[in-house]
Amino acid sequence: MGWLFHMKTLTNSLFFVLVSVLQPVIFASIAFFMVDTGSQSGTLLYVSLGAGLMGVWSATLFGSGGAIQWQRWQGTLELMVGAPPPFVAVLLPLTVATATLGLYSILATLIWGRIFFGAPLDFAHPFQLAIALPTTILSLGMLGLLLASTFVLYRHANAFSNLLEYPVWLITGLLVPLSLLPGWVGPLAWILSPTWGMRAIRDAAFGGNAWPEIALCAALGIVYVLLGALALRNFERLARDRATLSLT
Amino acid sequence: MSATARVFFVGGVISYRALFNWINPGTYLTTMLGAPLFQILFFTYLGRYAGSQDDDFFIVGNAIQVSAQAGIYGMTMGIANERQYGTLQPLLATPANRLAMFSGRALPFIANGLIVSTFGFCVAWLFLDFSPAPDSIPPLAVAVVITTCSCVALGMVIGSIGLRARDVFFGANLVYFLMLLVCGVNIANEDLPNWLGAIGRCLPLTHGIEAAREIVAGSSLADVSGLLATEALIGLLYATAAYTLFRVFEAEGRRRASLETY
Repeated sequence: MGWLFHMKTLTNSLFFVLVSVLQPVIFASIAFFMVDTGSQSGTLLYVSLGAGLMGVWSATLFGSGGAIQWQRWQGTLELMVGAPPPFVAVLLPLTVATATLGLYSILATLIWGRIFFGAPLDFAHPFQLAIALPTTILSLGMLGLLLASTFVLYRHANAFSNLLEYPVWLITGLLVPLSLLPGWVGPLAWILSPTWGMRAIRDAAFGGNAWPEIALCAALGIVYVLLGALALRNFERLARDRATLSLT
Repeated sequence: MSATARVFFVGGVISYRALFNWINPGTYLTTMLGAPLFQILFFTYLGRYAGSQDDDFFIVGNAIQVSAQAGIYGMTMGIANERQYGTLQPLLATPANRLAMFSGRALPFIANGLIVSTFGFCVAWLFLDFSPAPDSIPPLAVAVVITTCSCVALGMVIGSIGLRARDVFFGANLVYFLMLLVCGVNIANEDLPNWLGAIGRCLPLTHGIEAAREIVAGSSLADVSGLLATEALIGLLYATAAYTLFRVFEAEGRRRASLETY
């Protein structure tokens, strides 16, 4: 119910229409044109999928970070924290809903790429793709929970969201292969589920074995929930101690 | 200092301090400097992968475009937030010179845009081996100043629309992202479809970025004077349109008693 409620709320927001549909389509177009005039060939589907997942990350990031901030501005954060269910149970549906909204991004970039740039929609393993997509989205929602838990403590969480958009797009290899980045970026990418989600989706689309990446993505999601629950308990306690929960 | 000059300079600074009282060093660092830094890195690496242009193309394009953080978002808030914060009516009740009041509030955003762009070029020098010839730096600075002013003028248009529209930040976000596509930031204007390129040529940034690229490639200020004059003219047209909208919405808001209604 929480998930459905937040999905309905988010889809009414023009900002999320921008983040989950228009922004990915604009970024996909930029990448399509760059690839088109460049030396890479046969990468249009690669770009569609990457730009789509960029949208999932943006929706998760601004949704999870923004959710705490909006609840704070509207004065409902204290009510949510004070409600009888554990706060993690209240927050998780929200963060998963923001990631789910990202499905629009993937659909939008695939359709846009197909219609305007002639990107092929031939998926080598549709069944693996059907598993890889929801696993990636769920895992990102759980990463959103971990982020949101830290945002409970900070009054200016939305500024932190602004900072995290491009770096994660870059280091998780959504559009730029990790091999082009400095070697120290690799270990950072491994602990972020979009890295494995993207690899799983590409393997499923282009003909590899996506199952190991799907498993890693799911495992990271579980780790995020555990860490998020732990962090949430501590940060909630600290926010109560310092009386910063409702400060804007 | 005359009353008009005081409204222009002091009023501009005070309005910035009042409307952006929520800015602290952390917010400024992450939003105004951190995000642009990663934008420049992202597009430069994407460019390397796509192989469409050299690094300098993306560095110059994005280092100038990031001034729109202040020029578009900041300037939009600098005007439209008066309405949101409930200070628009007292502001418009004053007899202050409207042109000075309106244009003065652009100053902090021009300064901010220049800081962000300069920071962008510095990080590109530090992380991406961007090394323009020393004698190209003064003309490059001129190109950046003109382009930033022109970008702020577009922000003023959106901000003025915010005196009437319900959700102006949707428009500001959309314009910011579209600039990445149509203003020659990451794709050369001639590589875009004609209609998209034509839109880009009517917007700020396009000619300024083109001029800056030519300067970095070795052209003199005189060589790119035509491009910079076009950029300045476009900025002037947007600033005029913004002021006209501001006055129209002020008059309309008074007539219909709807200055701060949504």
